Amino acid sequence: MSVSKSAASDAPRTPRSGDPGPKPQLARRSRAARWTPALRVRRTLRPGSVACRLMFAACAALCLVFAVSPPARAELRVPITEGHLDPMPIAVPDFIGADERAQQIGRDVAGVIRADLERSALFRPLDPAAFIQRLTDVNIPPRFADWRVLRAQALVVGQATMLPDGRLRIEFRLWDVLGEQSVLGLQFATTPDNWRRIAHRVADQVYKQITGEEGYFDTRIVFVSESGPKTRRVKRLMIMDQDGANPFYLTGASFMSITPRFSPNTQLITYMAYEDGRPRVYLFNLETNRREVLGDFPGMTFAPRFAPDGNAVVLSLDQGGNSEIYRMDLRTRQRARLTDHPSIDTSPSYSPDGSRIVFNSDRGGTPQLYVMDANGGGVRRISFGEGRYMTPVWSPRGDLIAFTRQSGGRFAIGVMRPDGTGERILSESYLDEGPSWSPNGRVIVFFREASPGAGPRVWSIDLTGRNLRQMATQTDASDPAWSPLLP
Amino acid sequence: MRTRIALILALAAATALSACAGRREAPALPAPTEAPPIAPQAPSGPVAGSLEDFRVNVGERVFFGYDRSDLAPEARQILERQAAWLRRYPSVRILVAGNCDERGTREYNLALGARRAAAARDYLTSLGVPGNRIETVSYGKERPLDPRSNEEAWAVNRNAHSQIVSGAVS
Repeated sequence: MSVSKSAASDAPRTPRSGDPGPKPQLARRSRAARWTPALRVRRTLRPGSVACRLMFAACAALCLVFAVSPPARAELRVPITEGHLDPMPIAVPDFIGADERAQQIGRDVAGVIRADLERSALFRPLDPAAFIQRLTDVNIPPRFADWRVLRAQALVVGQATMLPDGRLRIEFRLWDVLGEQSVLGLQFATTPDNWRRIAHRVADQVYKQITGEEGYFDTRIVFVSESGPKTRRVKRLMIMDQDGANPFYLTGASFMSITPRFSPNTQLITYMAYEDGRPRVYLFNLETNRREVLGDFPGMTFAPRFAPDGNAVVLSLDQGGNSEIYRMDLRTRQRARLTDHPSIDTSPSYSPDGSRIVFNSDRGGTPQLYVMDANGGGVRRISFGEGRYMTPVWSPRGDLIAFTRQSGGRFAIGVMRPDGTGERILSESYLDEGPSWSPNGRVIVFFREASPGAGPRVWSIDLTGRNLRQMATQTDASDPAWSPLLP
Repeated sequence: MRTRIALILALAAATALSACAGRREAPALPAPTEAPPIAPQAPSGPVAGSLEDFRVNVGERVFFGYDRSDLAPEARQILERQAAWLRRYPSVRILVAGNCDERGTREYNLALGARRAAAARDYLTSLGVPGNRIETVSYGKERPLDPRSNEEAWAVNRNAHSQIVSGAVS
């Protein structure tokens, strides 16, 4: 989502559909937020750290963000490529509201923003109980000293307003407390029941402004909700917001559904189900709530994943005990076979530019990772470490491939470069399986059975290998797939 | 039987003779007949050709080594019994389900389970069971028979399970 001057969209949105959310507008210029044209002294976050260089590198991108603002040096930065950095202290007071309803929404919105930022581990939202200044107007600069004394480096001041036409307006301003300047101001107008998405978008904007990377808070997770004894497990698709809110089932309890994945536009989910007993790949349309079998294949189809342009699904077809990878064009319904080998060939995943596919094959004797050109040519093995390598998933940034590694009776989630170098294990347990990337490629979600017999749960971990967290699901959960940023 | 009829006739003749004699005597006891033949031993096992017969007397599962889909000698023996049974009951159709232990990923195990089901199916057809009577499915690691997480359970969960779909004696 870019900062734009386009009119705010007021399309109503139910949690179920994925119609475009509201677009932000630039907030009114703060009365006193005069941008000092003079060069500021660069404030280093960590003296001598790589962070400083990264801040510089990101300057060009920031200038674009500031194209609509008076030029200023952004010093409020958290580099997220580093393995360790103290999270940035940030103050997010409850958003201001003129009446009781607006105040309630303002409290809820600020709470969601704080939780989003806290989970990223790049920020440390401060306890609102300690705040000194009572804010009354989003466009009046805060008393910076009141926030400095709390050691806040950033301050998000916002306001919720019920508009005469029934819509809700959320505006906010991000302040650099030490630099004493406004670095971002945006507003959204939408239907009031959209307040959660607005909160996530505000958090995404703060994240983007300070880290220089796209956020991932206005997103959803689709996963397999599991219940019942292991021998008769019920597995249904469930979808929820990235923070666990708004969960609901997509498929019924009478048949097993597994391995869901989002389309690039977030409107379709492809998955495998045993509906009517036959295991096949399906498409689920979140707009219409309808599902359909994908293609009339002469055998079990499984392990589906969308092509990055959304116009094709790549999947495995088993015929007589031999699985091969196929590409199914969603417009022409033509299918093309991409592998031709008597081994297991499965778990295909496109590179984000669509030029290559990483997949899982046991053609070398054990399951390992292979990369091939999108047309099936040029197959080369990339995993050579200790153990068995499975479920490769190409990062949306293109620079890494996440995988499941089985070694020594344990399962790990790791990443390697597309040429197989730079392997790093991020997490390991009795069973860690099925990585899926956040849309900005900074966080990986997967499922874990922490010990033998423990039900699976969804966890996330930063690419740095830090910030391991269990996601909020009401039931046992597996096969998480992260959506792209919602439109 | 013939001697018995002769005996009855002889007795009848004797009775008639005595009746002719006009003497009032106590009526003669009916001649004993043999008890009906002993019924064949009541079936202690399942009805032949039934689901239970297949399960108990033939064996419905064959087991595999870790990440293997080749048939061990014991597996071949069970499949040979299955094939003989299926030839004897030609209306029976089966579904062979391939299953895996939990030490693999979901997707890889779906493929591996399909391989196991196909290995069992192929051996049955090589033994003369028409392929159109056998369907296959893979459940990967999704339907363990033994819910535990140990070697014993995993050995049991790596199987091809022949289930009768239709045509069995009820």
